[in-house]
Amino acid sequence: MNTLTVSPSPHVHSGDSVKKNMYGVIIALLPALAASIFYFGIGAVVVTITSVLACVVFEYLIQKYLLKNKPSIFDGSAALTGLLLAFNLPTYLPIWIIIIGSLVAIGIGKMSFGGLGNNPFNPALVGRVFLLISFPVQMTTWPTPIISRLHYFGITPEILDATTGATPLSILKEGVSNGVANAEIMQQLPSLSELFFGLMGGSAGESAAAALILGGLYLLIKKIITWHIPVSIIGTVVIFTTLLKLIHPDLYAGPAFHLLTGGVLLGAIFMATDYVTSPMSHKGMLIFGIGIGVITVLIRIFGSFPEGVSFAILIMNGFVPLIDKYIKPKRFGEVIKTQKA
Amino acid sequence: MNQWNNFSKGFFKENAVFTLLLGMCPTLGVTSSAINGLGMGLATAFVLTMSNIVIALIKDLIPDKVRIPSFIVVIATFVTIVEMLMQAYLPSLFESLGLFIPLIVVNCIVLGRAEAFASKNNAISSMLDGLGMGLGFAMALTILGTFREFLGSGKIFNMTIFPEDYGMLVFVLAPGAFIALGYLIAFINNMKKTA
Repeated sequence: MNTLTVSPSPHVHSGDSVKKNMYGVIIALLPALAASIFYFGIGAVVVTITSVLACVVFEYLIQKYLLKNKPSIFDGSAALTGLLLAFNLPTYLPIWIIIIGSLVAIGIGKMSFGGLGNNPFNPALVGRVFLLISFPVQMTTWPTPIISRLHYFGITPEILDATTGATPLSILKEGVSNGVANAEIMQQLPSLSELFFGLMGGSAGESAAAALILGGLYLLIKKIITWHIPVSIIGTVVIFTTLLKLIHPDLYAGPAFHLLTGGVLLGAIFMATDYVTSPMSHKGMLIFGIGIGVITVLIRIFGSFPEGVSFAILIMNGFVPLIDKYIKPKRFGEVIKTQKA
Repeated sequence: MNQWNNFSKGFFKENAVFTLLLGMCPTLGVTSSAINGLGMGLATAFVLTMSNIVIALIKDLIPDKVRIPSFIVVIATFVTIVEMLMQAYLPSLFESLGLFIPLIVVNCIVLGRAEAFASKNNAISSMLDGLGMGLGFAMALTILGTFREFLGSGKIFNMTIFPEDYGMLVFVLAPGAFIALGYLIAFINNMKKTA
């Protein structure tokens, strides 16, 4: 930005753009992508490439032939939607399902509302929830990490049945509903350090907590996101589950378990912080985050689904216009009126 | 010409579902398959036509202050007839429509046509209006039901087009009704704009 522009203030532009931010988030997702490829092998590669390609192609086709405006596929937003969608899908999902998910994410989630900047709901999550409700069997068939890696290296696993397994959260949910004591369930679950590095069944990109935190730190340092949304979501989940654990230690899993399993970190760092679908003010972001945290824990513990992050984010997305209407930051120079006696 | 207009406006120009967005409860609730949509639409069309005729005939006898309760009594009579006939001759359709049959009584379209048309026009015009509106409603419900059944379970009128495993279950459920209806209305609005 060397040229002087004649315009109303502000006159100094930092060079920030949609493109720069989108590619920033994609870079931040790379560690998690690497981890998912490491744990789930070729399946993760196939899911990611299909989803990203399909999203970009659908965005191009819709912009060119339906909306008839200039295609903007290189701003990275469609690729980011595809990447986030892939991270929310189980690896080895049939390719045609991934393509339907991409079409729903881009077509219904984003372009129906007028494209980037106009969508009220996070497109990747719209795609994911659509698939979860439409194809419940395929969407909850999770490959277990290590064995699918062995498969990748050409070693046939001895027990074929073990190539798919439940996620820690669904093991917990089933155990509790069948009345098994919590200590017994805990033995079936991976240890916390295993969870931290992603050694569990689950969606492609949400397993490795370490990689997601690394990406989150990058986003914070580059000032692509602020701390408000991730911290309020994670804080709420921790406080809520700690309280439940204190009330009934036999029935509920602890905060660390809830934080490291499922999509809490992926959702808190990468999905809820989407600019378009989150509140504008910092105070609003805190309310948004607390809402997501509360709904997530409610669904996980009292709902019928084992995991609730994607539903929680979509529900709170719906509240964003309301939050923005009532939480307005004080304008510069505004005087708060004092009440007259 | 004018009578033809009374009949035909219900299909496109003033279609209850696609243009007026009336009667959304049965539209979203029962259209999980084409046959359900058609059954519901025809039941409503019958009630609409008959109640329009009767209300147009007795409109001068009804005191203005109690006209809505009187309309409801007339409509409820015909709904009861439909319900009993359907229970007797089409028990499986009756099972799948369930509560939505008695709910025709409070359907916005039926009451709306009674209030807006039948209470101001003669019996012949009212009959044509009710028939057109009712068949337009049946058409809309059948189209919506066909889309949802095809996308959701791969069938059209119970004929298998592709295996059910490939169907998108969401279209049989409530969220799919909203999505499908939204796109149908968008498509029809677009057609109107270009026509």
